[in-house]
Amino acid sequence: MTVPVKPLLTVEDLRVTFPTRTGDVQAVRGVSFALGRERLGIVGESGSGKSQTGRAIMGLTPGHARISARKLAFGDRDLLTMPARERRDLRGKKVAMILQDPKYSLNPVMTIGRQIVETLKTHEKISTSAAKARALAMLEAVQISDPERVFSLYPHEVSGGMGQRAMIAMMLVCGPELLIADEPTSALDVTVQLEVLDILDKLVADRGMGLIFISHDLRLVSSFCDRVIVMYAGRIVEELPAANLADAQHPYTRGLLNCLPTIGSDRHPLPVLDRKPEWAL
Amino acid sequence: MTSALSIRDMVVTYDEFAALDHVNFDIGTGESFGIVGESGSGKSTLLRAVSGLASFDQGTLSVNGRPYSGRKRDKEFYRTVQMVFQDPYGSLHPRQTVDRLLLEPLVIHGFTDIETRINRALDEVGLGSGFRFRYSHQLSGGQRQRIAIARALILEPKILLLDEPTSALDASIQAEILNLLEQARRDRNLTFVMVSHDLGVISHMCERLAVMKTGKVVETVPRKALENREFSADYTRQLLVASEGFRRG
Ligand SMILES: Nc1ncnc2c1ncn2[C@@H]1O[C@H](COP(=O)(O)OP(=O)(O)OP(=O)(O)O)[C@@H](O)[C@H]1O
Ligand SMILES: Nc1ncnc2c1ncn2[C@@H]1O[C@H](COP(=O)(O)OP(=O)(O)OP(=O)(O)O)[C@@H](O)[C@H]1O
Ligand SMILES: [Mg+2]
Ligand SMILES: [Mg+2]
Repeated sequence: MTVPVKPLLTVEDLRVTFPTRTGDVQAVRGVSFALGRERLGIVGESGSGKSQTGRAIMGLTPGHARISARKLAFGDRDLLTMPARERRDLRGKKVAMILQDPKYSLNPVMTIGRQIVETLKTHEKISTSAAKARALAMLEAVQISDPERVFSLYPHEVSGGMGQRAMIAMMLVCGPELLIADEPTSALDVTVQLEVLDILDKLVADRGMGLIFISHDLRLVSSFCDRVIVMYAGRIVEELPAANLADAQHPYTRGLLNCLPTIGSDRHPLPVLDRKPEWAL
Repeated sequence: MTSALSIRDMVVTYDEFAALDHVNFDIGTGESFGIVGESGSGKSTLLRAVSGLASFDQGTLSVNGRPYSGRKRDKEFYRTVQMVFQDPYGSLHPRQTVDRLLLEPLVIHGFTDIETRINRALDEVGLGSGFRFRYSHQLSGGQRQRIAIARALILEPKILLLDEPTSALDASIQAEILNLLEQARRDRNLTFVMVSHDLGVISHMCERLAVMKTGKVVETVPRKALENREFSADYTRQLLVASEGFRRG
């Protein structure tokens, strides 16, 4: 996949640091990449900085963290110097992120339907009844079989997978140009998972949306994305065409591929990674 | 084989909606039992009804021969049965430190060797004692799930109810957690009831599995049936195809 002349998103030397009681935690340590109108996968172990990379792009880094970059731009617009207000307007409309923790990010005291309607009304001039129709259509599009019922349920009243799809519906309803999907399908059963990926796939193909797909599911990433970035301890350790994931060179990536349990293979205990300190340098 | 968990005709309804519709299970002591099924089919509801987080309207539940009903569970129950939730964000209070989260069950159940147990529990799930005074909102998704597992194991229960315990984890941590769970099961002769969307995980961990759909159990098959493709439910077949990855249509 060649990166187009003018990328949708440019990230250069991004760093995110959290001061904590026991010293600084460097969650992201110099990440650089450019994104076109394509599907970019980010894989990497738990705690490697995938979510914090996404959050920094969105401007959702917690306030006490330190963030720096040589460049962070959405098209021509510099995200680092953009006024907070402008950034907020961008968020939800042009750029959206499906957060890894759907229950946490849905408002617990507002019904699912009302939240989607409010999102629409914040970003578009639209009547309540038109917004409701769009919200129901969106819930249906993410394969919720009973949209009317789910529309009026509170987040704690839906199953894990339904909450995740509600979140996806809310993020897609305004038609963003850039979508960061953080483990968007990890709580979905695999059959629904593929249907949701189909929706994302069409948005990339038909509308030219750029997609950053954060996942720990290697099979899924290699079959769905165009390119894959592998992160380890806050850095990018490898970048590959997704279809060639099996030819990965970095020992971390190779190790990851080897520890998946599969039907019929009887490996007890499963092989685990022997992490080398030099991987984190 | 004595039954660790026996469920007869269990029904859970929300308003008119039957989330569990006359479900029967018998799970033997030391057995590892898997549950798969589409989203919303009632898997979490089943585990929640067993652990007393949801009330069941009809049917019976017995744990090691002791009957339980409604939502009432005694201390003995929680010494026997612990649950790891699907959603590590919802299950751990974000403003509590790891130390508090692990301390709480120990205090409630009157343990005294608290220091040793907390350090051992953190070790067991591959997090060093450096994590002990972190708040749970300062942890990544995978780190939180490991804390949730540590908290479930710290009371040395007999039965673990695991709701998608590794779906939020990358392959390497998943392998570590699955090995850890298997080891714990062997060492302590634990009984597992494990919900997962990943047939690879279920076939690795479980001897038998049930397939659920719209609040009902549609079939129960041995692990071998997955390998030999000997099952009748359509959904099981779909799951198997889907587990091979995404196909651009
Ligand atoms: N508020 C915080 N304070 C201190 N450290 C934090 C905070 N939030 C995140 N971290 C740390 O930053 C690192 C990166 O976290 P991040 O959530 O980006 O990981 P991840 O790659 O998304 O992992 P997972 O696959 O488990 O979701 C982790 O080590 C985490 O503990
Ligand atoms: N408190 C509640 N109020 C109303 N309906 C509920 C409540 N809790 C669960 N339900 C409904 O019960 C059904 C089963 O939910 P459950 O969480 O058991 O599904 P699941 O099989 O675990 O799905 P997933 O794979 O998505 O986690 C869903 O349709 C859900 O909306
Ligand atoms: Mg994450
Ligand atoms: Mg569930």
